[in-house]
Amino acid sequence: MRWIWIDKFIEFESGRRAVSIKNVTLAEDHLHDHVPGYPIHPPTLMIEGMAQTGGVLVGEAFNFAEKVVLAKVTRATFYRHVLPGDQIRLEATVLGDIRPEGASIEGRITLGGDLVAEIEMMFAHLDQSRGPVDVGEGNFVFNEDYIRMLRMRQLNGLKAPDPTSDA
Amino acid sequence: MALSRDEIMDKVREALVDALGVDEDEVLPTARIGGDLGAESIDYLDIVFRLEKAFNIKIPRGDLFPDNILSEEFVRDGKLTDKGLQELKTRMPYANLEAFEKNPNVQDIADLFTVDMIVKYIEAKLGGAGA
Repeated sequence: MRWIWIDKFIEFESGRRAVSIKNVTLAEDHLHDHVPGYPIHPPTLMIEGMAQTGGVLVGEAFNFAEKVVLAKVTRATFYRHVLPGDQIRLEATVLGDIRPEGASIEGRITLGGDLVAEIEMMFAHLDQSRGPVDVGEGNFVFNEDYIRMLRMRQLNGLKAPDPTSDA
Repeated sequence: MALSRDEIMDKVREALVDALGVDEDEVLPTARIGGDLGAESIDYLDIVFRLEKAFNIKIPRGDLFPDNILSEEFVRDGKLTDKGLQELKTRMPYANLEAFEKNPNVQDIADLFTVDMIVKYIEAKLGGAGA
């Protein structure tokens, strides 16, 4: 699994709130082009990191049975740059309830005590929204490998996959 | 809670501005949620969430913005049959169907979702018209 823009969960309150961290490192290839001579962690990848934090939060609430996808970035405001060597903290809080159709998340990214970004986003549960696209059987959002890795990244209370059924 | 129609309109306007990123002065009573304010399918869900929160009510799925009105018995050649029109009236009692009735094209149904329709729905939900 690639394209994971958060390193670890440090807090997790099922159905309500989750906090993850991401370490920005010069070993990330794109930094040398973003921007040449002044590497900064792309805001787009911060949005993606928040989507991953929020997506796991929303997904775990229904035991990863639903296909949770990012449906809308309502608002994203960035206040400062994030540089190699920085560790940012991504906090996602559910607004209201998580419903059968999906959920709204409020996200805050901080660096030390400083506010980096405020992001509001919406997730949809793919089958529930009865869209025109047939996505088929099997959860392509949350598969066994991903859930196993989430568990290793300290996702509290997450059940271990059954060792006898390991592929 | 007895809110006046203006107060309801204010809160509905705020919800639409937040959900759709439009300016306040674009949110006129006659504005269509899709056609004029640019809402897409996920936005309808966002609007429902915000209205529920603003007015402390529950809006059952499909109650404010009916989906699935288009089953075979109600549609012929892209238009609603009389039975279809009846069904639409039942599902959307707050919509203004005058113009639509003259030429009930199925693809024009989305135009019935106006700001005013939302205000009327909320009014009824809160139990009684305001001043």
